[in-house]
Formats: sequence, structure tokens, C-alpha cells
Amino acid sequence: MAGDGFVPPSSADFFFHPIFGTNILGTKPVLLVGLSVVLISVFFIASSRKAAIVPSRLQFAGEGVYSFVRHSLGEEVIGPEFLKFIPFLFTLFTFVLCNNIFGVIPLLQFPTMSHIGFPIALAIFTYFVYHTVGIRRHGLVKYIKDICFMPGVPKYIYVILTPVEFATYFIIRPATLSLRLFANMFAGHLLLLVFTMGGKYLLTSTILMKILSIFSFGFAVGLSFFELGIECLQAYIFTLLTALYIAGALADEH
Amino acid sequence: MSNNLWVLAASEAGPSPVIPQPAEIIVGLVAFSILFFLLRTKAVPKFEEAYRERTNAIQGGLERAEKAQLEAESTLRTYQAQLADARGESAKMREEARTEGAAIIEEMRATAQEEAARITASARASIEAERQQAVNSLLNEVGTIATSLASKIVGEALEDQARQSRVVERFLADLEESK
Repeated sequence: MAGDGFVPPSSADFFFHPIFGTNILGTKPVLLVGLSVVLISVFFIASSRKAAIVPSRLQFAGEGVYSFVRHSLGEEVIGPEFLKFIPFLFTLFTFVLCNNIFGVIPLLQFPTMSHIGFPIALAIFTYFVYHTVGIRRHGLVKYIKDICFMPGVPKYIYVILTPVEFATYFIIRPATLSLRLFANMFAGHLLLLVFTMGGKYLLTSTILMKILSIFSFGFAVGLSFFELGIECLQAYIFTLLTALYIAGALADEH
Repeated sequence: MSNNLWVLAASEAGPSPVIPQPAEIIVGLVAFSILFFLLRTKAVPKFEEAYRERTNAIQGGLERAEKAQLEAESTLRTYQAQLADARGESAKMREEARTEGAAIIEEMRATAQEEAARITASARASIEAERQQAVNSLLNEVGTIATSLASKIVGEALEDQARQSRVVERFLADLEESK
């Protein structure tokens, strides 16, 4: 790849030939998603299996994540009816978090969510859940009506407000939800690629360049930690927004 | 098969990353559903159970502690009341003992004085009696001695006429002189 000149990383670096077989199901992101399902379920089932009052170290770790979702994403955002949404929010958070963190795990080193298909899948769930909650709570007609005609607003404002609100609830929310996650992961991974591939390219050059490559690799390492922060944050944001949408659908007025 | 072609094409040309691969959406949906099912049925209920148990344990513990504290407080109050009672009682008893002691001392002193007076009086009486006796016996003695002396004097006078006459004469002379 490093031929005559430096070839900067492009989106092509995000697409892989299948590792197993010839099907897309054998590609790295798909395998990573499968791995994440195994890792998450094994960890949390193992850590919750005994569920003692005085937790073991493993249970403490599992419960730490669970109670984080339960309290700061569930109870505080959704309110008294939070408990039935906890499994969904918990799955969402752990799934996104684990797949994001794959981006800085040595050898794996690929954030699955930088393939937009996966954030879209998650956004579809969120979309489905919050609309279902709203329709169940208010009935289909009132739900749509409340979205399109926000109560307590002068009539002529509806000319602007109605299209905006409708688009927000039915198009913008799922689109931004999936795009935000995808774009953060994509950009972050691309940034790491720039510095690692750049460093690698510098190594093929003169002595001075080889010395300079240290900085490039050092930067990549530093950015990895930065990326880790962003990965956690994005998992949090995705789940928080989902919880907010559910809370909004449950509320009497949108 | 179209997926396969898409992947191969992508790796060479560098496709737009915002166009989703349908297969990945499906994989995402399925993977998430599986994970959701597993966590919902296996992990979440257990965590919730642990929470409930812990809440119960803590609440139960708190309630127990509160009850114990109330009990302790009431016991303390009882003890304090009892202590105050006992203190009052002891003060009263001390006071009583003091007055009683004073009375006893007073009584003793009176008795002692009486006794002393009695002893003194009896001593004085016995001394008087003895003196009287001594006087009586002395009088007797003196009488006897005087008699014997007189008899002796009289006897001698009879024995010695001459001396008697001398005595009488001296006596008469004395009388004469005193005239």
C-alpha cells in the first residue's frame, strides 16, 4: 500500500473482505457484533447469576453498569414508569458501549458502529419503541395530533411548527441518532488510522522520518485514550436520547 | 450474493460510508434482539432481585435499629427515673439518720449526766456516812480514853496523897492567881 507516496486512509479502509467464507456475514464488523453479543451476555449473566445482597467483585462490576443505566438513564429521565424500559435501555447501552470500545481494543481495533448499518438498526428499535409507547399511552390519533399541533401555541405558528415537529418526530430523530453515533465512530477511527498509517509510512522513509514516526505513533496512542472517552460518551448519549424520547412519548404534552 | 459483490466493490473503490449495507442492518437487528432477550430474561431480573433484597435488608435493618434505639431510650428514661428516686430516697434516709443520730447522742448525753449525778450523789452520801461513823467512833474513843485517863489520874491520886495534895494546891493556887 505504501508505494511511491503516502496514501491517506479513506472509507475504503472501513470495508473488509470476509474473513470466513465469501458472505458479508464473515466480515470483521459482523463478527465483532456477534462477539459483543457473546461477551455482554456472558458477562452480565455471570455477574447477576448469584445476585447476593453483598455482591462479589464480579457482581459489583456488573451491577455498577446496570445501576448506572437504571438510575441516571432510567429513573432520572423517564420517571416513575422507568422500570419496564430498563431492559431495553440496558441492552442498548451495553451493546453500543461494547461495540464502540472494540475501536481501541488491541487486535480488534474496529468500532463496529462506524458501519452505519448498525446504528440504523439500533435507531429503528428506538424509533419503534418510543412511537409504540406514545401510541399506547395516548392513542394513535391523539398522539399524532399532539405531535403535529402542539397545544398552547397560536394557530398561525402551526404553519411552521407542524412540518418541523412532524419531521422531528418521524425523520430527524432516528436519522440524527444513527448518524451521530456512526459519524463519531467513523471519524474517530479515521483519525487513528491517519496517525498509525502515517507513522507506518514514515518508517519506510529516511532516518529523520523514522524518528518523527515516534510522534505519529505516540499521537495515535494518545488519541486512542481520547477515543475511548468519546466511545463511552456516545454510548451514553445514544441511550440518554432514547430515554428522553420515551419520556417525551409518555408525557401528557409533547 | 449481491452483498458479496458489494463488499468487494467497496473495498476497491471506497464507497460512501453513509450508505448502509442492508445485511448489516439485519445483523444489527438480530444481534440486538438476541442480546435484548438474553439480558431481559437472564440478567435484569436477577439484578432487580438483588436490588429488592438489598432494599429490604437495608430497610429492615433501619427499622430494627430504630426500634432498638426507641427501646434503649425508654429504658434509659426508666433508669434515670429510678436513679432519681433512689437518690431522693437516699437523701431522705441520710437526713433521717442524721436527726436520729442527733437524738441518740442527746439521749446518751442526758443519760450520762444523770448517771454522773447519781454517782456523785451516792459518793457524797457514803462519804458523809463514813464521816459520821468516824465522828461517832472518835467520840466513843475519846470518851473511853478520857475515862481511862481520868481513872488513871484518879488512881494515881489515891496512890500518892502527897502528889495529890500538890496538884490540889497548884490548882488552888492557879485559881487564886486568876482571882
